[in-house]
Amino acid sequence: MLKSAKRFALTAALALAAGPALGGALGLGSEARPEEVTAWDIDVRPDGQGLPEGGGTVEQGEMLFQERCTACHGEFGEGAGRWPVLAGGYDTLDSDNPVKTIGSYWPHLSTVYDYIRRAMPFGDAQSLTADETYALTAYLLYLNEIVAEDFELTKENFTSIELSNESGFIPDDRPDTPGLSEREPCMTDCKPEVVIRMRARVLDVTPDTEDTSAVTSD
Amino acid sequence: MSTSRKPQGGTTRRGFLSAAGGAALAAGAIRPAVSAGPENLPPNVPGWSRYLGSGVDAYPYGQPSSFESHVVRRNVAWLTASVESSVNFTPLHELDGIITPNGLCFERHHAGIAEVDPSDYRLMINGLVDKPMIFTLDDIKRFPRTNKIFFLECAANSGMEWRGAQLNGCQFTHGMVHCVMYTGVPLKLILEEAGLKTNAKWLMVEGADAAGMNRSVPLDKALDDCMVAFKMNGEALRPEQGYPLRLVVPGWEGNMWIKWLRRIEVGDQPWHTREETSKYTDLLENGKSRRFTWAMDCKSVITSPSPQAPLLHKGHNILSGIAWSGRGTVDRVDVTLDGGRNWRPARIDGPSFDKAVHRFYFEFDWQGESLLLQSRAIDSTGYVQPTKDELRAVRGTNSIYHNNGIQTWHVRGNGEVENVEVS
Repeated sequence: MLKSAKRFALTAALALAAGPALGGALGLGSEARPEEVTAWDIDVRPDGQGLPEGGGTVEQGEMLFQERCTACHGEFGEGAGRWPVLAGGYDTLDSDNPVKTIGSYWPHLSTVYDYIRRAMPFGDAQSLTADETYALTAYLLYLNEIVAEDFELTKENFTSIELSNESGFIPDDRPDTPGLSEREPCMTDCKPEVVIRMRARVLDVTPDTEDTSAVTSD
Repeated sequence: MSTSRKPQGGTTRRGFLSAAGGAALAAGAIRPAVSAGPENLPPNVPGWSRYLGSGVDAYPYGQPSSFESHVVRRNVAWLTASVESSVNFTPLHELDGIITPNGLCFERHHAGIAEVDPSDYRLMINGLVDKPMIFTLDDIKRFPRTNKIFFLECAANSGMEWRGAQLNGCQFTHGMVHCVMYTGVPLKLILEEAGLKTNAKWLMVEGADAAGMNRSVPLDKALDDCMVAFKMNGEALRPEQGYPLRLVVPGWEGNMWIKWLRRIEVGDQPWHTREETSKYTDLLENGKSRRFTWAMDCKSVITSPSPQAPLLHKGHNILSGIAWSGRGTVDRVDVTLDGGRNWRPARIDGPSFDKAVHRFYFEFDWQGESLLLQSRAIDSTGYVQPTKDELRAVRGTNSIYHNNGIQTWHVRGNGEVENVEVS
């Protein structure tokens, strides 16, 4: 309420009500036609909202993957260079080298469809048909040993697929370190000695810049 | 590069000097202080005090002095697979005050810079609204405007440092943050134009680039302080910052500030997009991950001295740095010269805006002794910037994101500065 009160003058000048349900106050913009919304509305949610009609098989997906995806992701989704690894990595999340793939990490299959549909192949986004996207998604499930090689993914069976790490996520519970109310920060004689434990120069991975040399003292 | 902005010189003395100076700079390593000659110093009269300089319109869009050509964004090539899906870093060590110049704001793209013709720009609002809408850029500019200064920090800023000191320069360790003034429209006004259904709880915001970058934003945040911005620091958004329109999500991780904003879908639950599941989730030591870790915790860094900005003079010196918090203003910054044994309050100077960068200074005397510099910021909620070890104790070292731990710079006797970790 306080924030509303502060903004009262502005709000009044704009002749706007505080409630979110009142639309069209300024008469700006134009109504989107149904075909415009359909063409741009490409997102897919975990509950299946947004999935288009259609389907595709693992076999179809494999052919597409070899043709359009392996240059970056490798033949088996293992990733080339620094491009993302798509398959495997099970039981690594609590290790020193976690491998976060669709199978090991992603919580929802809808994310795979949504992302391929909007962003893949890299540099030729939104070029795949709905069926092709189903097929690629099916193949990625197969690479992650979630479905058999004769599987067909469709709009109808899509939400029945569960990924293993769906329960691996927790809400944000920060702040997770002591604040002022728990501990007044120390100002004087806070530790007996200070030792350097690690130096960036040992790794020597910093890009060269011309302005770090020629240090002088006077 | 440094000669490109110089007008063509003729056979005049001025032209010759100009060309010679340009050639010297183009050669690379020579800094202005080194290339300067005694003929420019008292009791002599330097050329710039005798001869006419360039006229107006020599540079219709002004550029920094050629002597500042080293002040640029830089990337770390080995970090990413391609330059189209990559990041570069703001040269924090060269900047002062609280505002980042537009051309130095770090870049982070997922499919390169979309070049959007503003006359063909459209913003669509659909989903749980009374009436799906399309707005042109002109439509957006007819809404009531607001001006706000906010920092934008990538959630992965300092992410390379989770396992220890790695990159030698605050540009690289902390340069995924910038702070500019945005001019735009409160998102609330645009949503109200479409009319929100009573079951509306979330937004999916989506970019027009070839990544179609999309994120879920809770409606409460959208109605509270989000805006769509078409200007930064008074001029049109730079293409690399989302021209012609970007989302502004104050205090929250930069990935949510969708650039080239093309569509907002209103819904009743989050979408769990790739950028909020596969990426931008924080893996903990036990294998569980935090998700929807939106707020950027209070953080600070000393920008000078730092590895790219060594100490050059004994005697009186200025320590300078920046601090910011995604939860409010920065109330206090302490600095230490001895690795955290003793702390003293720094002086915050300049405006203190909510969810904006704050500038701090600390004056000190240096006689060539070894220093271990740190800064520790405390925000208006009482949040105290933790040490890196405190963060690791809670989260392990696999989090990638949200590393706001205290940074240590080691100043050697010759003034060189190195990124280190201390006990």
